[in-house]
Amino acid sequence: MIRPQPYAPALVFLAGLALLAPTAQAVEYSQVQPAASKLEFTFKQMGVPVPGHFKRFDARLRFDPARPEQASASFSVDLASIDAGSPEANAEVAGKQWFDLPQFGSARFVSSQVRPLGGQRYEVRGTLNLKGQTREVVATFQVKEEAGRAVFTATLPLKRLEFGVGAGPWGDTSIVADQVDVRLQLLATPGK
Amino acid sequence: MSAETRYRGPAILAHWLMAALILALLPLGFYMQGLPLSPAKLQLYAWHKWVGMTVLLLAVLRLAWRLTHRPPPPLPGPAWQLQIAALTHALLYLLLFAVPLAGWLMSSAKGFPVVWFGLLPLPDLVGRDEALGRLFQIAHQGLAWGMAILVLLHLAAALKHHWVDRDGTLARMLPGPRP
Ligand code: HEM
Repeated sequence: MIRPQPYAPALVFLAGLALLAPTAQAVEYSQVQPAASKLEFTFKQMGVPVPGHFKRFDARLRFDPARPEQASASFSVDLASIDAGSPEANAEVAGKQWFDLPQFGSARFVSSQVRPLGGQRYEVRGTLNLKGQTREVVATFQVKEEAGRAVFTATLPLKRLEFGVGAGPWGDTSIVADQVDVRLQLLATPGK
Repeated sequence: MSAETRYRGPAILAHWLMAALILALLPLGFYMQGLPLSPAKLQLYAWHKWVGMTVLLLAVLRLAWRLTHRPPPPLPGPAWQLQIAALTHALLYLLLFAVPLAGWLMSSAKGFPVVWFGLLPLPDLVGRDEALGRLFQIAHQGLAWGMAILVLLHLAAALKHHWVDRDGTLARMLPGPRP
């Protein structure tokens, strides 16, 4: 025998609140989904843009759209997981003149400050440690929120020679340009 | 009105320009691919691609000229020689397109777009695909070898006409006054 529950209206009310909660209240995105995230870069070789990416990296972030100044991010990249365009290039960049993998296996970025630029765009400053060099770098990123997840797309223009990457004869920037454009895309969901 | 006995200026210019470029590209191609990765290798590859694309462009212009202008009829000779000459010329025409096209396809499939002389970005013919890249690499190498052999045959025949038969075959492809 089905009979109406006396507390049904209260349940409906609570369910309604729960649905409203994510929009009414700020969320903090902190769970990075590695499978849906990627770290890519493009450099110019003899005037030709060559794309590459890293297969393994670990990214952490905390980002509350209501309080972007308190956001923080860090990532660490397994440099050996590079795909620099060809097997030959991958072997070459492991060497002393490029990443010198036996000595410096990973690169690390830690943010120090996040500043809103208007719209969904932000600027993040931080330090990048690469091949034993630590330098302040500035990236811009964009956030797209959709269905309880956020996609962060960051672009970071780097000067490889500031980090001694591609030294010796490879320092000739008419062959491999100094600038490397790094693109990080992260998909994150709110933390518990 | 006398029949043409010589090639016309544009055909002669295209012939020798392409001959010079191909005689540079063939040894360059064979030499550069064995080098260890270095800035110099990247530079040679880039020049090889740029000059190779120039050959493709010239091939288009040359074929257009050829299709709209009859070449002078061949000088008399044994039928088998005329047949082999016609076949060699047809194959060379084919390779003038096939060799650079295979190179361009290889470059696209390997994920290296061609930017002509570092200035003019050319479209990728196919998307990045390692297996396809290897296939076009083999095709490019095989076709380039075929071209090298035909060019040698072509060269030997031209010199034989000039020095052994002492006929006007080579002269009609050389710049000179029209008779
Ligand atoms: C008429 C024009 C061309 C000629 C005669 C030519 C000839 C050659 C030859 C002889 C080789 C060495 C083959 C071997 O390893 O056995 C070679 C390699 C190569 N060619 Fe070309 N080529 C031409 C056009 C092009 C074009 C247009 C491109 C690209 C846009 C290209 C890209 C390459 C590359 C990347 C290699 C090295 C392949 C490897 O690393 O094994 N070539 N070419």
